[in-house]
Amino acid sequence: MFVIETRGLTKRFGDTVAVDGIDLTSTEGEFLVLLGPSGCGKTTLLRLLAGLEEPSEGEIHIGGTLMNGLPPRTRKIAMVFQSYALYPHMTVHRNIAFPLRAEGIDKETQDQKVRWAAELLGIDRYLNRRPRQLSGGERQRVALARALVREPNVFLLDEPLSNLDAKLRAAARDDLLAFQRGIGTTTVYVTHDQVEAMGMGDRIAVMSEGRIRQLGTPEEVYADPADTFVATFIGSPPMNLLRDDGHIIGFRPENFRPASLIPADQHPTLFDFHVNRAEYLGSDRYLYGRVEGFDEHTKVIARVPVDATVLEGATHSFGVAATDLRLFDAATGLRIEGGRQ
Amino acid sequence: MTVLDADRRSADRRRVWGRVALYVCAIGAALAAAFPFLWSTITMFKQDQDLYTKDNNPFWFNEPPTFEHVSYLFTNTEFLTFVRNTVVVGLAVVAITLVVSLPAAYSLARLVGRWGERMGIAIFLVYLIPPTLLFIPMSRVVSALGLHESLWSLILVYPTITIPISVWLLMGFFKGIPRDIEEQAMVDGYSRAGAVVRTVIPLVFPGMVAVTVFAFTLAAHEFIYALSFVSATSEKTISIGVPTALVRGDVFFWQSLQAAAVIVAVPIALVFNLFLDRFISGFTMGAVKG
Amino acid sequence: MSEQAVADAPEQPPPVRARRHLLDNERFLAFGAMTPAVVYILALVGFPFVLAVVLAFSDVTVGDPSLDLVGFDTLRQVVADPVFWQSLRNTLVFTLVSNGLVVVLATALALILTKNFRGKWLVRFLVLLPWTTPVSLATITWLWTLDSIFSPIDWVLRQVGLIESNVIWLGHPKLALASVIVVHTWRIVPLAAVIIMAGMISIPGEIRDASDIDGARFWRRTLEIEIPLMAPIIGVAVLFGVILTVTDMTVVYVLTRGGPTNATQVLSSWAYFKGIEGGDLAQGAGTALFLLPVLIAVAALILRFARRRDVL
Repeated sequence: MFVIETRGLTKRFGDTVAVDGIDLTSTEGEFLVLLGPSGCGKTTLLRLLAGLEEPSEGEIHIGGTLMNGLPPRTRKIAMVFQSYALYPHMTVHRNIAFPLRAEGIDKETQDQKVRWAAELLGIDRYLNRRPRQLSGGERQRVALARALVREPNVFLLDEPLSNLDAKLRAAARDDLLAFQRGIGTTTVYVTHDQVEAMGMGDRIAVMSEGRIRQLGTPEEVYADPADTFVATFIGSPPMNLLRDDGHIIGFRPENFRPASLIPADQHPTLFDFHVNRAEYLGSDRYLYGRVEGFDEHTKVIARVPVDATVLEGATHSFGVAATDLRLFDAATGLRIEGGRQ
Repeated sequence: MTVLDADRRSADRRRVWGRVALYVCAIGAALAAAFPFLWSTITMFKQDQDLYTKDNNPFWFNEPPTFEHVSYLFTNTEFLTFVRNTVVVGLAVVAITLVVSLPAAYSLARLVGRWGERMGIAIFLVYLIPPTLLFIPMSRVVSALGLHESLWSLILVYPTITIPISVWLLMGFFKGIPRDIEEQAMVDGYSRAGAVVRTVIPLVFPGMVAVTVFAFTLAAHEFIYALSFVSATSEKTISIGVPTALVRGDVFFWQSLQAAAVIVAVPIALVFNLFLDRFISGFTMGAVKG
Repeated sequence: MSEQAVADAPEQPPPVRARRHLLDNERFLAFGAMTPAVVYILALVGFPFVLAVVLAFSDVTVGDPSLDLVGFDTLRQVVADPVFWQSLRNTLVFTLVSNGLVVVLATALALILTKNFRGKWLVRFLVLLPWTTPVSLATITWLWTLDSIFSPIDWVLRQVGLIESNVIWLGHPKLALASVIVVHTWRIVPLAAVIIMAGMISIPGEIRDASDIDGARFWRRTLEIEIPLMAPIIGVAVLFGVILTVTDMTVVYVLTRGGPTNATQVLSSWAYFKGIEGGDLAQGAGTALFLLPVLIAVAALILRFARRRDVL
């Protein structure tokens, strides 16, 4: 299977730098997620990999072969767009067969492959329908079948779940993951939804302003964010960040607990936490407030079990275990290894 | 590896040939479209001896170019009168069209619900009844009203062409503006009419520009009504004045004639080219439902 | 206003009445706003239309302006004239051939103009000239280009040695027909191209990307993806072109006056010559009425196309 590699990949549109010198390597068969807010360059990066855009600088290698200058069809990749981009005037069968026809494959083999792909995705009974007669989920599967039928070396997916109802999305995520695990093809998946990224990715590339801030497993980006951007983008609610001189102290809400609940051998750092508001969410409670000794406008959030005794309007002693405390440089936002205040 | 290199080269080659083909087709199209005008532009500066010599190269100035025929157009013919008449008619028609079409388009888009679509179709069908079918009874109506030989005949009749299209176009614009905006203004204290005038009308301004362009274009283009209603040279518009008044018997003042054509053609095409992108989006807004 | 009534007398049904009153008011406003437009159209389109039909069944001429109804006599006279049949045939031939050419040329032009290239603004400007110029003036440039003595086309052909003496473009019946068709096509292609370009905007760019990735090269993509998706809007554009051609009299009038000897006469020009220049209003109106069946057919087709794309 195939490894994707980019070296110093840059793309400029006029004066704007959409992708800024990205070095990225993906491992075989992995599900790699490009995660970031709109405008971070993730879709541009995907399109560069696909060959829909040519890089301004840098190189793209797929399977060890330089891809620069090669049009999409020679790259042996397949792409699923956000809108699925099904050909509206063709039946599902013709949609899926289209790439095969473009390759010049004979009719019999075409039909075989179309049937194989359609059965794999459970849409074989829709072969004679038109896209407009299908639901969102069904259309997505047609798009996947069309991608699959080319037996590509890389799948590129551009936010394929964002057009689905929230209810369908979870089921679609499962199906998509199972599909990818079954096929084992290296997949690059773009999304702005960090929950989706965390749930699906083998590794996540958190991007912002054309650069990759961190490339790591979900555990790594969650527990060991490389900078304050990653720390606040991943996790909902985001990591608490308190500025203190030249440093920024970070800790996740679930690690911010009443001091009495933290054993001494975890060497907790203690804060006076003034609670403004509590939210009861059934399984947990979220406490919103601020911490004494730091900027009074910085909101701090704690997540406590429902039975913890915490009163609104009161100030409590809360702590963070040493292993849960993170330190960032205030000027660059980058993570500083080890140490606490 | 080599296969891919070959792919890369052929892709590059195809790209280059594609660009070449594009330029060839674009230049070809431009020449095919503008060829008569280019020829007319050269003609209008040609001296008589040069022009009326059969074997002279028509694309070259064998005698030095002259301005005399162009100035003849302005000084010795009623060309300027025609221009003035066209502008007057255009302005009046724009006024009448906007005054009549804006309320109609608004109510069709907003208040009449399901009827809106049916009325839209009815308007379209009316637009399909051409002047070439109505010009004879219309000329009778015009003389019955005593407007024969007057610009007023055109000012009265042209809106029958501009109103249907304007209502259809403006309807599309109005539909594209959410009701919330007017309702907000009404909540803020304006009457419905007040709300509309303050909030919605400014937003359909592009539509009104389109209507204006359309009405002036019509005043300059329209032929059969003008030909049927008006025969006095002083009352003619450009469209009929130039072909009739500049052709005296069988004598064509070719250079002046072509000058008139070019002088009118260029500014109009310039304006359209400037607004083409807006024009296209206006058409699609009028065409796409809501 | 009637909330007061509700507060005072909760047994009454004023809320319902209040709402109906408001609705009536709105509907009244709506119809009021539409009235000027409706009146204008009814008076100056509806009435003349009826009058046209009436005239066709009368014997009104400039000399005898009294409206006497004569049943089908006038129409019989119209149809008995061989020039009428010539005009009818010419109208159909011009329309079909011109617009057939328009389909191909305007689609190609639309595809060209949606690409980016240097000098596009100038090309667009030149390409718009035929349609934005007033019909009569545009035709005048052709009148000169096709002149029997001084035509530059003839000059080039003579220089190259293809012909000995000039081709009398507007003098020979077949050539005159071809010339009219060329002028019509030349005029309508820009308009059709603009309409098609407007329609192309609604084709999502992702579909083109998808076809790139699927391996479609230029011709396959254009013929199998882009053009089928453009088909409805091309249809609308052509139908507009058909209306412009069927109802046109200006091109014929300025270019050939219907000649040589009625070879290029069309229904509307013939109606003009009969009705206005000839003074026979009844026959003129009768001739023009034969445009109706064609127009109705076209209107029905446009509505069918438009409904499919929700254009109207």
